[in-house]
Amino acid sequence: MSVVDPTAPLSDHPRRMNAGGLQVRGLRVETRAGVAVVDGVDLDVPAGTVLGLVGESGSGKTTVGTALLGGTRRGLRIAGGSVLLEGIDLTTLSEVELRGWRGSRVSYVPQDPTTALDPAMRVGKQVREVLDCHDYGSGPDARAQRVTEAFGEVGLPTDGEFALRYPHQLSGGQQQRVCIAIAFATWPALVVLDEPTTGLDVTTQSLVLDTVRKLTQQHGCAALYISHDLAVVSTISDEVAVLYAGSVVERAPTEQLVHRPRHPYTSRLVAAVPDLAGRRALTGIPGGAPSPGARPPGCRFEPRCTLAVDECARGLPPLVPVADDHLARCIRSADVSPAEVRDRDPEVGRAADPLLRVEGLSARYGKVSVLHGLSLDVPRGTCVALLGESGSGKTTLARTIAGLHRDAEGTLSLAGERLPFGSHERTRQTRAAIAYVFQNPYSSLNPRRTVGDSVGRPLRVLRGVRGAELDRRVGEMLDRVYLSSHYAQRYPDQLSGGERQRVAVARALISEPTLLVCDEITSALDVSVQANLVGLIEEFRHELDLTLLFVTHDIALVRNVAQQVAVLQAGAIVENAPTERLFTDPQHAYTRELLETTPNLVS
Amino acid sequence: MSALVPPAGDGGVTAPVAGQTPGLLRRSLATGRTRAGLAITMLVVAVAVVGPFVAPGGETAIVGPPNASEVPGLLFGTDVTGRDVWTRFLHGGISVLWLSALCTLVGVGAGLLIALLAGYSRTWVDEILMRTTDVFLAFPAIVLALLFLAIFQPSAWTVILTVALGHAPRVARVMRSAVLDVAGRDYVRSAESMGLRRWSIRLGDLLPNVTGPLMVECGLRLTYSIGLVAGLGFLGLSGLAIDQADWGLMINEGRTAFTVQPWPVLLPVTAIGLLTVGTNLIADGIARAAAGTDREVGE
Repeated sequence: MSVVDPTAPLSDHPRRMNAGGLQVRGLRVETRAGVAVVDGVDLDVPAGTVLGLVGESGSGKTTVGTALLGGTRRGLRIAGGSVLLEGIDLTTLSEVELRGWRGSRVSYVPQDPTTALDPAMRVGKQVREVLDCHDYGSGPDARAQRVTEAFGEVGLPTDGEFALRYPHQLSGGQQQRVCIAIAFATWPALVVLDEPTTGLDVTTQSLVLDTVRKLTQQHGCAALYISHDLAVVSTISDEVAVLYAGSVVERAPTEQLVHRPRHPYTSRLVAAVPDLAGRRALTGIPGGAPSPGARPPGCRFEPRCTLAVDECARGLPPLVPVADDHLARCIRSADVSPAEVRDRDPEVGRAADPLLRVEGLSARYGKVSVLHGLSLDVPRGTCVALLGESGSGKTTLARTIAGLHRDAEGTLSLAGERLPFGSHERTRQTRAAIAYVFQNPYSSLNPRRTVGDSVGRPLRVLRGVRGAELDRRVGEMLDRVYLSSHYAQRYPDQLSGGERQRVAVARALISEPTLLVCDEITSALDVSVQANLVGLIEEFRHELDLTLLFVTHDIALVRNVAQQVAVLQAGAIVENAPTERLFTDPQHAYTRELLETTPNLVS
Repeated sequence: MSALVPPAGDGGVTAPVAGQTPGLLRRSLATGRTRAGLAITMLVVAVAVVGPFVAPGGETAIVGPPNASEVPGLLFGTDVTGRDVWTRFLHGGISVLWLSALCTLVGVGAGLLIALLAGYSRTWVDEILMRTTDVFLAFPAIVLALLFLAIFQPSAWTVILTVALGHAPRVARVMRSAVLDVAGRDYVRSAESMGLRRWSIRLGDLLPNVTGPLMVECGLRLTYSIGLVAGLGFLGLSGLAIDQADWGLMINEGRTAFTVQPWPVLLPVTAIGLLTVGTNLIADGIARAAAGTDREVGE
């Protein structure tokens, strides 16, 4: 692996000294109508360090990220403030000057490498392109050499063969590392990484995170790491800034921020992140973040804050120092308590009496075999987690159980009764007994049906309930998922993601099933909303004596919801154990790898 | 536990409370394109519908010498057999209109049916239906229409059926891909897991979610229908009585004397042209609204 020799004279390679770092002051981005999307954003990223920018959806984190490259999404504009890099204010540069800066002094790593890389161009050429574009080095030889170096820096093979591949010949992790190689190829002073690991499996994610951290130090550049995932951010960042409703509410060194948050939102956010060590109970944040144009005049978190006093609503509090290197935008920052650490009492699954029994199940899609003769028992009244990465077959298993996948062999039985594979072959009672909640709440609700219509449908179809009785039970069910009955008249596009998923849960539970299959039901949601939904499901499990099959890729979440875990890899269950034992004494190498590589809030 | 869960009504903060997002038609009506198209279409439709009631004379009455462009008291002179051109024009639109409308209705309806059947069968039915439509797609619509009208006696119904036959495979192709897209959504799986019959899923879940492309198809096929119906009228194949006024027929009758008396051709040509442009503008407006290109940036 060849890396630039830092002792070589500067003139020999075009590495420039990246001493200044980044200073952002009073950044404001607004819509054409003058509504602020983000405002008053102050950030400092010293050279060689990573600043994590955390925020839930709609907080404006991507808007900040693109503004640092001197750009905005269509319809927005940078309306004020300064972005100082190497003593130059990027907001004052012309479009032509900015083009010279982008890719050379500031660069960007996108969320999805599959759409960021040109599928028709060899990856070596794609790295080379940015060098050619900015007249890097002394000539073609220097550029060719830099391409090889860049591949080496991100841990990709440096032989010529790899550079000749096309993006589709690489894995997701390799593609993302190519994107990182492109971003770092020209020794930029600032790299903005926008959720670069969101689509990756945890093992790949940890590789990518290591690469980014190493390169930032090696290159002495400033990096802004944008993510919704506080756990990921806490493993890579030196300092973290928390963005809420378009403004920075807290900024502190990572460890301090996690352990001694001084803004109520940060404190609640930490409590909402599933803890791998299981020390904290999962707690969500009620309500939702206000959208631009609907933000309260005072502190923007005030409507959801438990510490709020009258004064909080009077004006946006300033971001003030509360400790060394620690800034918070809260007038009651002294009263903010860190996320509670409590003793969870690990609930052990009631042994025997399996409600659902899977024996020797194999499933195919055409000629591709996805599940290979796996067996699984789901004890009555417990929550069994099905843990696996993408492509492990977990969704296929869940769908086969729910009667949505018919190309299968083996035995399924519910409460001792044999289950046919397709839902059409099952009895009405069985269909009512097994309910399914889909991953994506944006595609699981028919946009042309009202919420009430969607929720009432299983009752109408499976139990033959009609008229006023139907309306009454739909209203009741909506109340039970903490929406109110007047939501029945609304359409899905009027609801937030979390609300939609609660509607989906209501639809699943209205026919009073005994088994609820949850397929990655929180993966499209923010952590604060995820915690709420998990709490809701847990509540139903106790009250309705519901049995749960909880499909997920998130091992930290598993510890917080399940009594038993089945780890799925390449269509086979490689480990099946009670939750506490799986975490304290993992048997299979794959489980151990998952436990080691999953980011956790710094401890 | 309940403390974890937000109280009811928190959605008011993040979600718009006032009504569903405006429908496709209303959104497309907000654009100048659709409005202009609608104005032009309404103008021609008004002429065709109101025309027969305000026409100065009978449509078959001979009122002057043939092919006279300047006859006192007549606005646009007389046609090849000495009938009043203006009267014939006012009478001749309605047949084009209702024939085109019915052709569109039958053609799009049949195409939609094939699409719903094929797009949500996941069996050989899909294969057979789509390969059959491929065969029909190989013929230009006008050739297909001429073929069938040569076999069957031309009448209003044969015209409607043959033109619709030309539309159906084209509509089926487009609508099938729309249906396929919707059929992959989770709400369709949710309906399947309840064990609903395929046709109730087709009508309850698939159809309501393909209305966007369906409206675009309606507009587009209406435009084509007008052209085809007028063309068949020109060839004397629209199945109307020989002396009945019809824009297509008028063009054919008037074309030989065009140099001395252009009005029997110019009036219907202008009307058909305007109608085609108008309906096309509407279809285009709806298509743009459906694709979201008319939308200003998201918030």
